[in-house]
Amino acid sequence: MANKVIYAVYEDPELLKDGARKLVSNGIKVKDTWSPFPIHGIDPIIGVKRTRLAIAAFMFGITGTCLAGFGIWYFNIFDWPMNIGGKPSQAFYKNLPAFVPVMFEFTVLCAAHGMSITYLIRNKTLPGMPARNPDPRSTDDKFIIEVRTADNHGHSAEAITGLLRETPVFEINERQY
Amino acid sequence: MHSEAAIREPLILGHKTYHDITQDIVGPIENKAPRGWYVLITIAGLIALYGVGCIMYLLSKGIGVWGMNKSVDWAWDITNFVWWVGIGHAGTLISAVLLLFRQKWRMAVNRSAEAMTIFAVIMAALFPLLHMGRLWLGYWVFPLPNQFGSLWVNFNSPLLWDVFAISTYFSVSLVFWYIGLIPDFATIRDKVTKPGMKKVYGILSFGWSGNAKAWTRFEEVSLVLAGIATPLVFSVHSVVSFDFATSVIPGWHTTIFPPYFVSGAVFSGFAMVQTLLLIMRKVMKLEAYITVKHVEYMNIVIIVTGSIVGVAYITELFISWYSGVEYESYAFINRATGPYWWSYWAMMTCNVISPQVFWFRKLRRNFAFTFFMSIIVNIGMWFERFVIIVTSLHRDYLPSSWNMFHPTWMDAGIFIGTIGIFFTLYLLFARYFPVLALNEVKSILKVSGESYKKEAAKHHHH
Repeated sequence: MANKVIYAVYEDPELLKDGARKLVSNGIKVKDTWSPFPIHGIDPIIGVKRTRLAIAAFMFGITGTCLAGFGIWYFNIFDWPMNIGGKPSQAFYKNLPAFVPVMFEFTVLCAAHGMSITYLIRNKTLPGMPARNPDPRSTDDKFIIEVRTADNHGHSAEAITGLLRETPVFEINERQY
Repeated sequence: MHSEAAIREPLILGHKTYHDITQDIVGPIENKAPRGWYVLITIAGLIALYGVGCIMYLLSKGIGVWGMNKSVDWAWDITNFVWWVGIGHAGTLISAVLLLFRQKWRMAVNRSAEAMTIFAVIMAALFPLLHMGRLWLGYWVFPLPNQFGSLWVNFNSPLLWDVFAISTYFSVSLVFWYIGLIPDFATIRDKVTKPGMKKVYGILSFGWSGNAKAWTRFEEVSLVLAGIATPLVFSVHSVVSFDFATSVIPGWHTTIFPPYFVSGAVFSGFAMVQTLLLIMRKVMKLEAYITVKHVEYMNIVIIVTGSIVGVAYITELFISWYSGVEYESYAFINRATGPYWWSYWAMMTCNVISPQVFWFRKLRRNFAFTFFMSIIVNIGMWFERFVIIVTSLHRDYLPSSWNMFHPTWMDAGIFIGTIGIFFTLYLLFARYFPVLALNEVKSILKVSGESYKKEAAKHHHH
């Protein structure tokens, strides 16, 4: 039997959530959802794990702080200490207040760009990448649930569409793949 | 579903569906631009070209063509720099600070305000680079190994902090803006029919697909970027103020500068947002999305920050007398009664007195009056920077080196030129980019849309 992918199209995020709850409570695995804006509360229903991007941002930020601190120490304390107005650069800790702004800015720079690059790579969104949404209306006004028969061996495609028809669905499309 | 108090004014007027929102924003991009757009971009483009010409002339002759002299060695260039950076601040305030405060009204204005930020910071960065005289050696501001220059850069200097602050601010704002744009470019990609446009917006959208996990990440990245952009935006104008506050020039050497500069920046930035949006809502027919309530909210920000600026001016004046330092007192007496008295009183009138009229509800909800006021505030804030820079420098400790600053055609030409470049960039943005954050506006439609609110209120009463 060929594997099938079923797309249930809804007109409102709340209706989509009703549909997803119905499927999940009947033991059907929802592959993904596609929507023009974030559907709040869909993640726990279909089992999407929390993203760890914020942790990545923190790591990038800390790296930035350390790099800036090390760099400034090397440039202004170690390699070429300057005597400015009788206030020589002798030790990192003595000059630290003056180094705070650049260390802060560099922390933000690394955290923001590190996180953004990680985000783009993890989402597979980079220049020239192909779009993967199944229906062009999903970036306009339609909210789509994707179910694959390959993920749901106990259920036939007919049974799944039958369940979906009990929900306030707008249309159901099936495709072979 | 989250619902909102009926007493709150709707943020989207009339009855709109999700598709209507897409249509209202993508339609103008797909169709021919209105005649007004061509007229505006021609004017802005000509002014921009004039500015580019002036810049070329300056680069070929050196900065002696500016009116600066040995006493007044910072003048219009640094005034323009601070003015443009300040204008940029409103965009970040709207997109980052108001996101953290969960202010839904920001969603209709954040995209264009952020675009304004980016273009304003580009204009700002131009001035210190031109002031260096040798633009092609501009990269010397970065800590590069010795064969590029003679020494390492000095990390004790606020001028260097500024380099890091402005470059971080620019690049982070750009990334924040673009990450928000990606899903909207995807909407345009899926909507347009012309193959060329489809291809271009396909590349710009980076293949965005809008699956559940991508949206979770999108919200996380927006929140964290807002969280780090908030202290960043406050740091940027604080650092700009350190350029002045850490030097021992009378009128500059004050601890009040960082908060005073930051609120002044937000004040002028919101004025510029009003100038741009009041035109755009008419030309692009966004009346349903940028409503009188949005304008009123922004006017409230203007009155709050304008009052902070007013208090700062008066505090400065009081402290100059109370300190008992004669140089400091003279600097302020000279500002108010010296040869540049007119610029001081222009600043006082435009920034302190005039925004107080927004206490009247009728006036802060009036589009024409708001537009007029936004121009007044922009002028006032330019004069504030002129007053701080020129009046402090032209008469400092040694009367033998007292001098006057007279602007030349190049001072004026480059300043007006940057306004032309700024508007050219902004008009191109308004024509080809989604001017509303589509994905965000759609997400509040059923909560804050007028027809949906009325519907909800009806159910509530039964």
